[in-house]
Amino acid sequence: MTKFSMKSVFVGAALVIGSLGVAQVSMASNAGGEHKMEHRNWSFNGMFGTYDVEAMQRGYQIYREVCSSCHALDHMSFRHLGDKGAPFYSSEYPNPNDNPVVKAFAKDWMVPDIDQDSGDVIERPGIPADKFPQIYPNSIAAAASNGGAVPPDLSVITKARTGGADYVYAILTGYHEAPHDFHLSEGMNYNVAFAGNQIAMAAPLSDGLVEYATRTVPGEHGGEPHVITPPEATVDQMASDIVQFLTWAGDPKMQARKNLGFATFLFLFIFSLLLFLTYKQVWKDVEH
Amino acid sequence: MSGHSTYEPKYAAEKWIDKRLPIVRMGVDFMAFPSPRNLNYWYAFGGILTLCLMSQIITGIILAMHYTPTVGEAFNSVQRIKRDVPFGWLLQSMHAVGASMFFLAVYIHMFRGLFYGSYKAPRELLWIIGCAIYLAMMATGFLGYTLPWGQMSFWGATVITGFFGAIPVVGESLQQWLLGGYSVGNPTLQRFFSLHYLLPFVIAALVGLHVWAVHHVGQNNPIGIDIKTKEDTLSFHPYYTMKDGFAIAVFLMIFALFVFYLPEALGHADNYQRANPMVTPPHIVPEWYFLPFYAILRAVPDKLMGIMLMFGAIVVLFILPWLDTAKVRSMRFRPTTRRFFYIFLFMCFVLGWCGAHSPDDIAIPMGHGGMTFKWVSRVATLYYFAFFLFLLPVLGWVEKTKALPDSITKAIHDGEA
Repeated sequence: MTKFSMKSVFVGAALVIGSLGVAQVSMASNAGGEHKMEHRNWSFNGMFGTYDVEAMQRGYQIYREVCSSCHALDHMSFRHLGDKGAPFYSSEYPNPNDNPVVKAFAKDWMVPDIDQDSGDVIERPGIPADKFPQIYPNSIAAAASNGGAVPPDLSVITKARTGGADYVYAILTGYHEAPHDFHLSEGMNYNVAFAGNQIAMAAPLSDGLVEYATRTVPGEHGGEPHVITPPEATVDQMASDIVQFLTWAGDPKMQARKNLGFATFLFLFIFSLLLFLTYKQVWKDVEH
Repeated sequence: MSGHSTYEPKYAAEKWIDKRLPIVRMGVDFMAFPSPRNLNYWYAFGGILTLCLMSQIITGIILAMHYTPTVGEAFNSVQRIKRDVPFGWLLQSMHAVGASMFFLAVYIHMFRGLFYGSYKAPRELLWIIGCAIYLAMMATGFLGYTLPWGQMSFWGATVITGFFGAIPVVGESLQQWLLGGYSVGNPTLQRFFSLHYLLPFVIAALVGLHVWAVHHVGQNNPIGIDIKTKEDTLSFHPYYTMKDGFAIAVFLMIFALFVFYLPEALGHADNYQRANPMVTPPHIVPEWYFLPFYAILRAVPDKLMGIMLMFGAIVVLFILPWLDTAKVRSMRFRPTTRRFFYIFLFMCFVLGWCGAHSPDDIAIPMGHGGMTFKWVSRVATLYYFAFFLFLLPVLGWVEKTKALPDSITKAIHDGEA
């Protein structure tokens, strides 16, 4: 036990953080149940991971055409779709309220309002500033329409489930024929990824359920326009696309977060190096 | 060790101020404070903690401008902060991660104090004020965790306030008084928000006393012997401002790692589900920094007994200066105690591990069954109390300590500091 070096500080810090990580992992493995969730190689994983814009856009299509019949996006407005880092961001329209794609999506939804002349409750086509509408008037109605289970809000679903994106993907692709000896309750569906293996939601995806459109993108600098051929709408592909969209919906500032994080690290690294050299300089004549 | 003031006002205005309110003198003396010259990096955590407190207060004040403390809107307003408030995602992340970093730093600071005997005369009050700060931090952390109004917020608050209900005779009325009703609800959330805003300023005041006390008695140091001559010391600035500054920058990198790349790693997925009094989460777990105490609480079957043990675990810290009977401060010169200290440190981690699991799950598999977390926590809890109530008093009497150096300067010269 002589001098404590910087090394021991690092080792100490690493130990503490490592043990926190272990606690975290062990908690996570508790909640998952018997099914082992596959860790997928998402484009947004890791320190430099980004969302796949094409996939997010297809994911929005799936949300609109499939999920939105039961699931709301409580914390989202249409304008969020055109924010920086969002699926339909366009550098031409820094204000998402002006983005024609976002406007068109908003118009596609009917939102509740109060008529400004008569005070009557009305419905009108949405504008980008509107929130995504609720699907059911209240949670009792939601439960009544879905065999007693309230379809959860999807705007934070990847945050609200242990396993996040991997878990949502596992649920969407986890529908199988129930084993013979498995007792499935009335109105329930067998899913290997769900705790207890009985889920109220019927399999939402099936091969070819949606039609991914072929898009023509104008070429850069007046070049030849090129055609983007979409992938085949298999269950795996659709599940992966909706997960991209929902992960963005739950963490719309991820890109800004990682970018600022990188800049912060760069700064802190140089700053700590300078401080270390200053410290050595100041202490150079001191025996310690 | 306050020593003589070295400040000499040069200009007329300085002299005028110095006669009426010697605030510049205070600042100058603070920066020139004679610190032992053998302080290591473990002594940087005081500065790190000051930074943590400041960061929590500043981010908290801005968050409070956008947060709505009602059961209907609290959850939504946190989402709104993260999505629509400019840099709200950063403030929210810094505040939530900051709480964990604050506790990480305070635990290191406390273990450092324990190891080098920084609670021994004449630093008993310094230590006790520190314990009071820790207690206020725990209260603030708990209150703050309720505010996002997720499932863990709600059920954590329900479990913790339930402890008070177990107190004989007055328990039930006390619990209702705290909650503002029969269960956790809107009145609870509003008072928790109010107190969560108040307590950090109480902590800041206590920190003021803590710093005052350390400046009065002087810093302890790794070899735990008193400063004898001026040679044993260095001016706080520039020597320790630079050394601590470097340590703070390294700490900030760990902080930034969590803020920017692992913002959810220390939280719980259930807290992204809006509080629902009708649905109890399968595992109610507190934040990681409460896990050791949670394990002590659940180590005994009786609720009141558990609560007494949990509070007792903190009370022993307050009376620690009189439990440790040794004359020698630093454990560097107490080889036997040092070994028991490392076991104590290990047991604290074990308690944290137990706190994160269900008491009846198997912790250590043996044959067909094994040792459950409940039994592991019992062993660790026993050691926790035995360390303070038996080992420290007894070892103080019986242990043969190593010879202390004559002075800090000599120890440095001999390569012992």
